[in-house]
Amino acid sequence: MGNLWKSLFRKKSNPNDEVFAVPPQSSSKTLPNMKKIVKPKSDIDDNLSMQSNLDDSKEIKLHELISGSAQSVGRQRDHNEDALFSLTTTLSSNRGRIPFGFYVIADGMGGHEYGEIASEIATLTMIEQVAQKFFNQLFTLKEQSPSGPVREILVNAVQNCHEGILENAPGGGTTLTTVIIWDNQMAIAHVGDSRAYSISPSGEVKALTRDHSLVSRLVELGQITADEAAVHPQRNVLYRALGQGEPFEPDIITSPAPKSGWLLICSDGLWGVISEQEISEITLSAATPKEACQLMVNAANAAGGPDNISAILVKIPG
Amino acid sequence: MNDGKEHPHFPDRSRNSGQSAGEDDHQQLKPGVILEERYIIDSVLGKGGMGAVYHAHDLRFNVTKHVAVKEVISQGTDSTLQKILANNFAREANIIASLNHHAIPKIYDYFTLGSRSYLVMEFIQGKNLEKILEKMDGLFPVQQVISWAIDLCGVLDHLHAHKPDPIIFRDIKPSNIMITPDQRVVLVDFGIAKEMQLGKKGTMIGTEGYSPPEQYRGESSPKVDIYALGATLHHLSTGIDPRDEPPFTFDERPAHKINPEVPLELEKIICTALEYNAEDRFPSASAMRETLLPLARTAANTYRPHAPSDVHQDFAINPIWVYECEDEIRATAGYSDGMIYIGTYDNNLYAISASLGTLAWKYSTDGSIVSTPNFHENGIYFGSEDHRLHAVSERTGRVMWTYYTDGSIWSSPTISEDHIFIGSDDGHLHTVNAGSGRPAFKFNSGAPVRSTPLVGDNVIYFGNQHGDFFCIDFRGNVKWRTNANKAITSSPAILNEVIYFGSLDGLFYAIDAKSGWKLWDFRMERGTISTPAISGKYAFIGSADQHIYCLDLQSRRRIWQFKTDHQISSSPIVHEDALYCGSVDGNIYCLDSQTGKLRWRYKTSGAITGTPIIIDNVLYIGSIDKNLYALPI
Repeated sequence: MGNLWKSLFRKKSNPNDEVFAVPPQSSSKTLPNMKKIVKPKSDIDDNLSMQSNLDDSKEIKLHELISGSAQSVGRQRDHNEDALFSLTTTLSSNRGRIPFGFYVIADGMGGHEYGEIASEIATLTMIEQVAQKFFNQLFTLKEQSPSGPVREILVNAVQNCHEGILENAPGGGTTLTTVIIWDNQMAIAHVGDSRAYSISPSGEVKALTRDHSLVSRLVELGQITADEAAVHPQRNVLYRALGQGEPFEPDIITSPAPKSGWLLICSDGLWGVISEQEISEITLSAATPKEACQLMVNAANAAGGPDNISAILVKIPG
Repeated sequence: MNDGKEHPHFPDRSRNSGQSAGEDDHQQLKPGVILEERYIIDSVLGKGGMGAVYHAHDLRFNVTKHVAVKEVISQGTDSTLQKILANNFAREANIIASLNHHAIPKIYDYFTLGSRSYLVMEFIQGKNLEKILEKMDGLFPVQQVISWAIDLCGVLDHLHAHKPDPIIFRDIKPSNIMITPDQRVVLVDFGIAKEMQLGKKGTMIGTEGYSPPEQYRGESSPKVDIYALGATLHHLSTGIDPRDEPPFTFDERPAHKINPEVPLELEKIICTALEYNAEDRFPSASAMRETLLPLARTAANTYRPHAPSDVHQDFAINPIWVYECEDEIRATAGYSDGMIYIGTYDNNLYAISASLGTLAWKYSTDGSIVSTPNFHENGIYFGSEDHRLHAVSERTGRVMWTYYTDGSIWSSPTISEDHIFIGSDDGHLHTVNAGSGRPAFKFNSGAPVRSTPLVGDNVIYFGNQHGDFFCIDFRGNVKWRTNANKAITSSPAILNEVIYFGSLDGLFYAIDAKSGWKLWDFRMERGTISTPAISGKYAFIGSADQHIYCLDLQSRRRIWQFKTDHQISSSPIVHEDALYCGSVDGNIYCLDSQTGKLRWRYKTSGAITGTPIIIDNVLYIGSIDKNLYALPI
């Protein structure tokens, strides 16, 4: 019997092998931060000595997400109708190492009364719903699953956002793009023309969401070209927006989270003004996600800054 | 514009906590509120962004006279603007009051109170089509849809013929169409609220999915209503809500393909109404009505829906060979080393030459065999109704060992790490050493296990007949469990750390393999015991509702569905760009996996419940007609 069990369970015989990785290679990306926090004026020698002290310890690889964000009114609007939320957490415990990220961008609809209120209501409602029905269920000692499928939680949350706007900011409208990453999974809830992108370690930019704008639909249908779309008089008309029209199902995407690279969530004040090429170059060259977001916002303003600009960039450790 | 620091219109966010509401508040009227000393509010029938519709009754009558009261709340506080809006409201009410048509509710009264305007209308008994659609099982009979379509063309024609200017409804959709208890249609909600929003930037008029392209440009003509009627008919005849799809994509979902009951003539009418360019649509509602009328006549008298079998007949599929067993075949075949192995209801496992269709040997158990044989080294492993897991030598067909459980075995064995994992009706998942037939451990799930376990990264996934789904480790510890509402006979499939399976509760589930969290579920019209096939971006599953579904794994969108003539117990398989699946209607179907288009089918003389296997471009499938077929693909 002993042999039997051994053959059957040999993979589990020493689970600690997996948990404690070899001492880290010098992680140049995290050290500069440590430097700043631990000893503002320290030099590299200090860091080296610090590292040598760690050599006999066993570091746990945490797979932490690193996020940064930036926002600007832009240069042609007089107030900000965008709302932005970013939450990144890490849990490392007996149950494993769970990175968690939750990001929201809402772009209140220009020309509407209550545009900035609509984006605020949508963002706060989404935070509340995800905190209660998702976050609280993920990080708890109780053995429990969420109240329903992830998709349903998000559909209901978007529905609540929609109703909250109808009730508290009638006539107002907003886009809403929410990205949640937990462990190896990712879920996106999306309405309107804010966007989520994945950016690969080599800088390849891929849109994860599909704009609900009339013009992008016309482009998809081959009715107009992308160049015509950029100057189309109806380029701001959305065929789906929260607080507008009938209730509807938002786009919900569940998929494995990218294994490495970055995620970018942004309003059209960013993607409508700077190219994917620029986004890629800034992401690859910036030292931190925070710096990258600031550089992207600066680039959008340098290009005229016609709209409010919001950006959240999340680095996924490879 | 101010700098945005002040919000004069910032709504009172504490309102919900019970503080008093101001004059400009957008709250609904409470039951019992009396308007104009005449109309007492009974209940809310519906609410929208600009107000609500109430059920009320008129106090001037001694009997209870039911009325519907529609409310529009104007935004902003500018009194001049409010006056203009109230005047517009009155003008529209007058236009509608001048209409006299049985499918248009009568208007009794209108008035404005502060920022709120009211329209008092005939109360229509019945339900709107959207509510009916939500509640119903399956689709409306096509004849019913045609009859409604003719009536709707009639009322649109009446509106469009209005003098001096045509009246454009602008918002034809199921929720604006009431069906009375005697099956009459009545158009409700004359879009007054929407009319008042005209000219505002970024505002949408009409309803996404039902509105034609020109409506997004602010253009309006009778063709707008014709398009929206086409979209509504498409929705009613396919069950696919256009609001869930990108705009202007109806041509990707021809009605007949989704619902074969829809005659091609009706599909053509729907397509014409839905033409992208307004000039390509019917010139008028009456012209559309004319083309529908002959369909209704044939529908009433001689029309028979095209059954799929009438449409495609001449598929020249000739079996390479057919082998007749002694009893029904409900199981799925296995292949190993040039031989096909299949269990039958005559208690035997047959070993048949894959190329010749000749019998090599039979192995007899003491019960029916539904379990699919699996292979390891030189052994064949399968379960039987006789409670045993059998291990038989591939070469000789002689028993190597048997392992007893306390219940019939309908589950099929999974082999990993030199062990057999199999479920039994005794409620356990059994783990048995492949070489010795001795148990490693068993796990009590509390209900019969008929699904085939899936072995993943040091864990085992399986469902049971109570609808519980388990992830256990190799020590038998539960890592997580989740549940469906009814039995899980469907076996799990995995891709990218997501588990997929169906249940008799009619749902198809996607579960995070690591946490057990449900990512999404997809509702079919009936339950399923079919095991999904996962290929590329798509999942494929059959259902007792007779359909084979293709779903996008990430968005859960239905890519296509294909209807067979009976329920589907078989599981689909994907081979190259084709999907193969059997149906209880006796056919094995070959579909284009990307589009769901039928390529061919082959009819056997009995129901097919097993799953096809494909080896070297030959498909092997058993039928309840006792035959095992080898078909070229």
